[in-house]
Amino acid sequence: MTIRKELVRSLVAMLVFTLLLGVAYPLVVTGIGQLAFRSQANGELVHVHGRLVGSKLIGQNFALPVYRHGKPLYQHGVLVTRPDPRYFQTRPSGTTPADNDAATSFANYGPNSTVTEKAIAANIAAYIALNGRYYPGGLTAAKVPVDAADTSASGVDPDISVANARIQAYRVAAVRHLPLGTVDALVAKYTIGRSLGFLGEPSVDVLELNLALDRL
Amino acid sequence: MTVYGWGLIVVFALVLTALALPLGRYMAAVYTGQRTFMDPLLARPEHLLYRVIGVRVDRGQDWKRYATSLIAFSLVGWLLLYFILRTQTLWSFTGLNPMGYHSMPWNVAFNTVSSFLTNTNWQYYGGETTMSYFSQMAGLAVQNFVSAAVGISVAVALIRGIVTHVATSERDSAKAHSIGNFWQDLVRTVLYVLLPISLIIALILLSQGVIENFSRYLSFTGITHIAQTLAMGPVASQEAIKLLGTNGGGFFNTNSAHPFENSNGLTNFVEMLAVLLIPAALVFTYGRMTGNRRQGYAIYATMMLMFLGAAAVCYIAEAHGSPAQHVAGLHTAVRAGTTGGNMEGKEQRFGIAGSALFNVVTTVTSCGAVNSALESFTGIGGAVPFANLSASEVIFGGVGTGLYSILLYVLLAVFLGGLMVGRTPEYIGKKVEAREIKLVALGILITPLSALFSTALATATRAGRASIDTAIAHGPQAFSETLYAYLSQANNNGSAFAGYSGFVQPVAGNVGSHGITFADLLGGFTMLFARYAPILFALAVAGTLVNKRVSPAGLGTMRTDNPTFVVLLIGVIVLVGALTFFPALLLGPIVQGLTGHLY
Repeated sequence: MTIRKELVRSLVAMLVFTLLLGVAYPLVVTGIGQLAFRSQANGELVHVHGRLVGSKLIGQNFALPVYRHGKPLYQHGVLVTRPDPRYFQTRPSGTTPADNDAATSFANYGPNSTVTEKAIAANIAAYIALNGRYYPGGLTAAKVPVDAADTSASGVDPDISVANARIQAYRVAAVRHLPLGTVDALVAKYTIGRSLGFLGEPSVDVLELNLALDRL
Repeated sequence: MTVYGWGLIVVFALVLTALALPLGRYMAAVYTGQRTFMDPLLARPEHLLYRVIGVRVDRGQDWKRYATSLIAFSLVGWLLLYFILRTQTLWSFTGLNPMGYHSMPWNVAFNTVSSFLTNTNWQYYGGETTMSYFSQMAGLAVQNFVSAAVGISVAVALIRGIVTHVATSERDSAKAHSIGNFWQDLVRTVLYVLLPISLIIALILLSQGVIENFSRYLSFTGITHIAQTLAMGPVASQEAIKLLGTNGGGFFNTNSAHPFENSNGLTNFVEMLAVLLIPAALVFTYGRMTGNRRQGYAIYATMMLMFLGAAAVCYIAEAHGSPAQHVAGLHTAVRAGTTGGNMEGKEQRFGIAGSALFNVVTTVTSCGAVNSALESFTGIGGAVPFANLSASEVIFGGVGTGLYSILLYVLLAVFLGGLMVGRTPEYIGKKVEAREIKLVALGILITPLSALFSTALATATRAGRASIDTAIAHGPQAFSETLYAYLSQANNNGSAFAGYSGFVQPVAGNVGSHGITFADLLGGFTMLFARYAPILFALAVAGTLVNKRVSPAGLGTMRTDNPTFVVLLIGVIVLVGALTFFPALLLGPIVQGLTGHLY
């Protein structure tokens, strides 16, 4: 009977395709990747003194634990943190805890939602609280760049906008007792331009910038 | 809005067309059995595959046999993938489950398997928290290839039905009813088209930072001594076919927004090209196979016009910003050093234009990959994906599915045009009669009907509403989520207003996780039904057309290769989409787009 014959054929075909497309193909790509593009294939990892400190491509939470009664504070099992003022800060993240690459997720805030409005307002307030007193003339909501107040998509966006970095530079320079020009020069150095000159947006890689600060 | 933003859209359209033209010519050669430059490399493995599978491809199949092979192949594929996902722990011995993830619950597995089999890639799971590398590679990625190949096969079969000329003397022979051989179309699509192009794309992505390894996840403490973890995996190989096959299922939960899937402006561009490449090329393939390339150009013009319109509207809306941002006091105009616009749920490196265009690209096709959160798009920006889905994936559409769907619309437009001028409608010399139009109408209406039926069921029942996270979404947003979920699944797209869930995962690793059975099953059945019913109708149309007498074009024949027909075709697509979906769209995205009010 043809149906049975077709089912047997299908099974054989699926097994062959699984070997070819599900095993051989990814192994070939992995082989080429590990030989020709080793650093990229392994995630652009960054080591300091032999210790892994992250990936250039993955945003991190540059924060300090919040202590209560001498012990780190946890809420619902998640460590409570506050931004470390010595470092540039990545964008707001929708993951739990923030910038959690092991479980990425969107925040899924709707465009006309009061929940969204509250979240954005809270991000603006936090940004102003952190940077406002170092910024000449003070910060207002209208001056906060959108990327500093809006949640990223991946939750681990490694980049911030140039405007965002320029504002944070005042704080970082003041806290580290560095001339603003030095910090601004680093921001310029770690600004990634558009790919091929026209694809994507200029962005500042936060991990590389922070590591460069520590090397000063 | 910026010059760079508009430039991106224009350059993208030009590069796409420039790549699709030669690929279309190549694919025409592949499907008409002509020699190609890949023959010296691939002819041997191809014939070896036929021997192993046990088929004689010199024999054509009539539409019923073609459909039988296709259904049998899909059924076996379904069972095999279900087996792999349900026995994930069993495969840990391969070393490809370094995080020790448990197997999927039955209901989520039902949804996921149906989803990958139908080229939908709707995901009620988070890749990096539930899936082993083995399941991703040997399970999901394999279906990414073959489900795409099945779609292309159906399109090619329908083309053959339309263009085949059968001599009067042979009209009753078995050969006269042949619309090709399913196994041959399947194997040639995989070997000659999908695999080589995937390899090229995977290597481009790899060189730019998309990862490919089998490492455990890396745990470390950052420079401020906060514990963090990096997810790893064989991503680039799967990413390439995820886009090329218009599948869209992300290796990671945040899909192409994740930097390890899409690392910079260039990868974003390449990924968008990969999505539209085959759907665009197939239109040119079609033109060549009809013997009149202008037939292909007319359809291409239709698709491109609607695509560019969608991209422009979405970009303008997103650049304007959202009411929630404005109420919170943000300024969303472009200023020095900032993109402005609605950056909620978008990545800095893509900006507004790169995000808007990506999501238009993946919702006109059945790809459904996202590089930003669709749920966070503005009302009008979010209405664009809705509109694209409402047009039933005919603007380029999925690989194969797009072409066979728009050909059904073409036949409908020819029929309406024929009614207007009062002649028996003809398409490429073949009369379009009552039987064809019945099949076409059914094929076109099945998708919207199943989308609306499922949405109604999910909205009206408590079990359906359990998928809405009421802490984040209520009012029109909650309705939008639900409508989008079933619209996306019925169109085999797979993108999501991702707040809508069919899966609850208290801790990583699948331990203690469970599915929301109602959403999993309703979605799964919607995908299966809305994939295979139209395929059967398309094959049936091919079967009735293939053996029809070809009459030479006369003075009274309505031309289908000129601008007038393009306008007629756009009109028919918009009319059918608007008539079926306008009331539902009013209740969700349009309400939000028309008001600055917050809910």
